[in-house]
Amino acid sequence: MNKRQFLQRALAGVSAFAVAGCDRLNKSPWFADVLSAGESLNRRVHHLLGGRVSMAQEFTEADLSPTFRGNGSTNPSDAPYRAMVADGFVNWSLTVDGLVDKPITLSLAQLRTLPSRTQITRHDCVEGWSAIGKWTGVPLAQVLALAKPKANARYVVFHCADTYGSGGGRTPYYESIDLLDAYHPQTILAYNLNGKPLPTANGAPLRLRVERQLGYKHAKFVMRLELVESFAHLGRGKGGYWEDRGYQWYAGI
Amino acid sequence: MPDATVSDTRAAAPSSYVYYRHTLPVRIMHWTNVISLTILLMTGLMIFNAHPALDWGNISYGGKPLLEITSRDAGNGQLKGITRVFGHEFDTTGLLGASTSASGGVNDVAFPHWMTIPSHYALADARLWHFFFAWLFVLNGIAYVVYALASRHLQRDLLPTRADVRGIGRSIIDHILFRHPQGEDAKRYNVLQKLAYLAVIFVLLPGIIIAGWAMSPWLNSIFPGWVDWLGGRQSARTLHFLFAWLLVAFVMIHVFEVIISGVWNHLRSMITGNYRITARHGGRHE
Repeated sequence: MNKRQFLQRALAGVSAFAVAGCDRLNKSPWFADVLSAGESLNRRVHHLLGGRVSMAQEFTEADLSPTFRGNGSTNPSDAPYRAMVADGFVNWSLTVDGLVDKPITLSLAQLRTLPSRTQITRHDCVEGWSAIGKWTGVPLAQVLALAKPKANARYVVFHCADTYGSGGGRTPYYESIDLLDAYHPQTILAYNLNGKPLPTANGAPLRLRVERQLGYKHAKFVMRLELVESFAHLGRGKGGYWEDRGYQWYAGI
Repeated sequence: MPDATVSDTRAAAPSSYVYYRHTLPVRIMHWTNVISLTILLMTGLMIFNAHPALDWGNISYGGKPLLEITSRDAGNGQLKGITRVFGHEFDTTGLLGASTSASGGVNDVAFPHWMTIPSHYALADARLWHFFFAWLFVLNGIAYVVYALASRHLQRDLLPTRADVRGIGRSIIDHILFRHPQGEDAKRYNVLQKLAYLAVIFVLLPGIIIAGWAMSPWLNSIFPGWVDWLGGRQSARTLHFLFAWLLVAFVMIHVFEVIISGVWNHLRSMITGNYRITARHGGRHE
């Protein structure tokens, strides 16, 4: 073994050791707690800077993506959802319940008669890609005004029609946002994409747009809004399908 | 014996001596940077693997990407790694697109397992690491700039003097010939070194931080449209990636220069602060 080979092997050895060490650290819960200080700082500093008022950039028709990519569940196979697709969502309805004074149920036709908002925004996936689409829907604040949340309600949970996961491990998709985001003017329950009813891949018939956060927060195939004080009792208690699998609840970066 | 006296005086004259080159704050901040930048690079490559393509503008999937790393079946059941740069296709099997996994199988990942943290596909975990070390790196950088100004390290050691600027041609030739300052001259950074450090500290590092912020939808909303200064959100992602590799290039040159101009002396000075100056003539008694 000459000097060069020795150096190469030493370097490979050290890096393999370091990578193995990192992988071990990655598996230990205490280290994940230490690391989560970074994401917790993100949330605090971002909320300090953006707060209730900061608005996501809006674009023009010229900026629209040629096709708006669907990700995650793009064609749910769940039987109740297939039945709704088959009859054009005429029997679909949105339920708003939980910590509200007046639980309500709204059909798609009723939702479409409520005041709407149209916005051309950029969708940023946690994976790294972006797409621009024109969304039309009901501001979530309008729907909440009808249901009158109780004073102790802190989060809106979105229960979806799709189950997600591989093999036998499919679980219902759900998401949650706080009231600061829920009452943001650009937070809408969208039923149109680029002027047409939502395609299945993009969450037909109704999806959330919460424009200051990454794609996985924008729940698709929304069936029910539940107002809660805590989401600890749902799923694995982290506030969403992906949050239960290690992703951050705050997805502003 | 007058001759002997003269010769004794010569022997007693110090041919080399140690001086205090790097202060403790600089040494701590240097190694904090080494650790955080290494982890940021390796977790960053894992994050890149989730969408191994780069675009210019605001959107992806709007046309041909600038860079794309993918794989396809070579026809014989073997996986072929493919890298496309500006539409030109390269076979990068073994390194990019398709590589040997830690367990010996074939992985269809963009960057191979030994370049990423974690070494397997784990986007959520890589993000957790990335943001922690990003904060460490940013706070360390702010501390460095404040310290460098307050202690006059920046003004004294890093800003090129008029003489430096005049000697830039000579310095380029010295570098090409691998000639390094000896004796008292070795106490000062040479002009190319100063310019490289300044470019990294005030252009590349702030650039990679700003491009990182530009990828955050929430930070975009603080002042809607500022991301367009970088060409759009996907441009920011491309710049973030490019700056990361420019930093890798800087580190490779930096480490190379350290190795050829006295690796142990430099390493010691960045650990204990002490650097040995060897006199220009006849000083071989290190």
